[in-house]
Amino acid sequence: MRKLTVMLILLSLVMSMLTGCGGKKETKTVTTDGSTSMEKVIGALGEVFQEETDIVFTFNPTGSGSGIKAVLEGRCDIGLSSRDLKEEEASSGLTATVLAYDGIAVIVNPENPVNDLDLETVGKIYKGEITNWAEVGGNDTEIVLIGREAGSGTRDGFESITDTEDVCSYRQELTSTGDVITTVAQNPGAVGYASVASVKDTVKALTIGGIEATEDSIKDGSYVVQRPFVLVTKSDQELSEEAQKFFDFVTSEEAHEMILAAGVVPAN
Amino acid sequence: MKKNQMIEKIIHGIFLILGLITVGCVLVITVYLIISGLPAIFEIGFADFIFGKEWASTASKPLYGILPFILTSVYGTIGAIIIGVPIGFMTAVYLSKMASPKVKSSMQSAVSLLAGIPSVVYGLVGMLVLVPGIRKLFHVPDGASLLAAILVLAVMILPSIIKMSITALDAVPKEYEDASLALGATPIETYFKVSVPAAKSGIAAAVVLGVGRAIGEAMAVMMVAGNVPNMPDSLFQSVRFLTTAVSSEMAYSSGLQQKALFSIALVLFIFIMLINASLNFFLKRERD
Repeated sequence: MRKLTVMLILLSLVMSMLTGCGGKKETKTVTTDGSTSMEKVIGALGEVFQEETDIVFTFNPTGSGSGIKAVLEGRCDIGLSSRDLKEEEASSGLTATVLAYDGIAVIVNPENPVNDLDLETVGKIYKGEITNWAEVGGNDTEIVLIGREAGSGTRDGFESITDTEDVCSYRQELTSTGDVITTVAQNPGAVGYASVASVKDTVKALTIGGIEATEDSIKDGSYVVQRPFVLVTKSDQELSEEAQKFFDFVTSEEAHEMILAAGVVPAN
Repeated sequence: MKKNQMIEKIIHGIFLILGLITVGCVLVITVYLIISGLPAIFEIGFADFIFGKEWASTASKPLYGILPFILTSVYGTIGAIIIGVPIGFMTAVYLSKMASPKVKSSMQSAVSLLAGIPSVVYGLVGMLVLVPGIRKLFHVPDGASLLAAILVLAVMILPSIIKMSITALDAVPKEYEDASLALGATPIETYFKVSVPAAKSGIAAAVVLGVGRAIGEAMAVMMVAGNVPNMPDSLFQSVRFLTTAVSSEMAYSSGLQQKALFSIALVLFIFIMLINASLNFFLKRERD
């Protein structure tokens, strides 16, 4: 009797394993994994690519660090990072190809009369050396620093550009671009940073040293608060046929318009 | 007869497996947390980790002190209890003893609804209403603070406190109350001097349940607390809880930072185990 029970249990286990394996699809796929900031641009590219080639495209928005890790562990074809590779990452056998440049906008509440700051002043504000808007020509209100969480690509980009790494005295550390924009839109004294592409009318983007964040100013480097969007691949291993097709497609002339439409500036 | 026995055995086996799945999940999570949480504690040093006052996980010289998170979680929970328990307790006394059946049933379904609201909604309302409200009311530069988190948590723990307390108060034998009333005590005296003491372990369990809910909440507090790893030395300080310390950095973490996040999760897990143990203690005492 007991034997029979055991047999049944084993049988059901084996059955469940078999069904688990049986679901494997024959379709060709390209898998990407990484920066949430790149979702808009890579999603638009992937959609067109999927239509044109019948190759299934997937994107897993996990974050730059996770994407780099995923490609290193072979869990995806192409990793997406919104920052340059760190030394330890580059030396572990990864190649970075810049897809586009993303400008980071410094945003304030629309009620704030300040329209322009230079990079140094932005740095001083984030370091806590300037704490009142009156010091930079605004109203007499305390500056409320809104930032992103440690490890975020946008924060990393912003802090390395403004040279404020590890010294920012944030009032709030939020975990998404949307939260930053919402918070800045609500507080007249707030200043935050977000991708230029995601800035909405509810907040005001400052010009940096008199230069507005536009396609040209980001591409020619005159708008200084910007960071690269990087495709990460393994150096010693060739991409699969499908992944190579996708890679060629996104770095081609054809993709230019779509990258621009997504609000970032193509690198090629 | 034999066939029936066999079916019994088979069904017994299936139920056993289903039961083991739950136990298995708990075991796997516990073992996984201990295995992945301990290395970082040893690497950083127990005292530096638990009593370190500074957390700067991505700095060039990383610091992994989680005392600010522990204190924030403790203060936040105590604050939520101070505000939530009196309101929840009084509501329970009213619903259990004074309210008419109609009022009782409609208010109870409102309480159930409150329990069913997803925490992200609490967070959103807190972010859009409470945070700007605190900024304007107290004339502080920014409203995202320990106070905002305490208020959100206080509302979130209400349903568990009210429901548990009502169950405990309803279970008080009617004879106790009748006897008290017959001896000339007023209804209010009866409720507070007879019913409540008789239900006290159930009410204590309700409070512990509230503590558990408050200390484990992540989403809502992440949206209103500001998330800066400051020591919580003011109600208007931007603070980070144990839960939000894990969830806000996990997505982008790597190396020792990630291991340290697991260690924070382990510390949180131990807190919750202690709370569960005390909950079991109170519930057991009530049964005895």
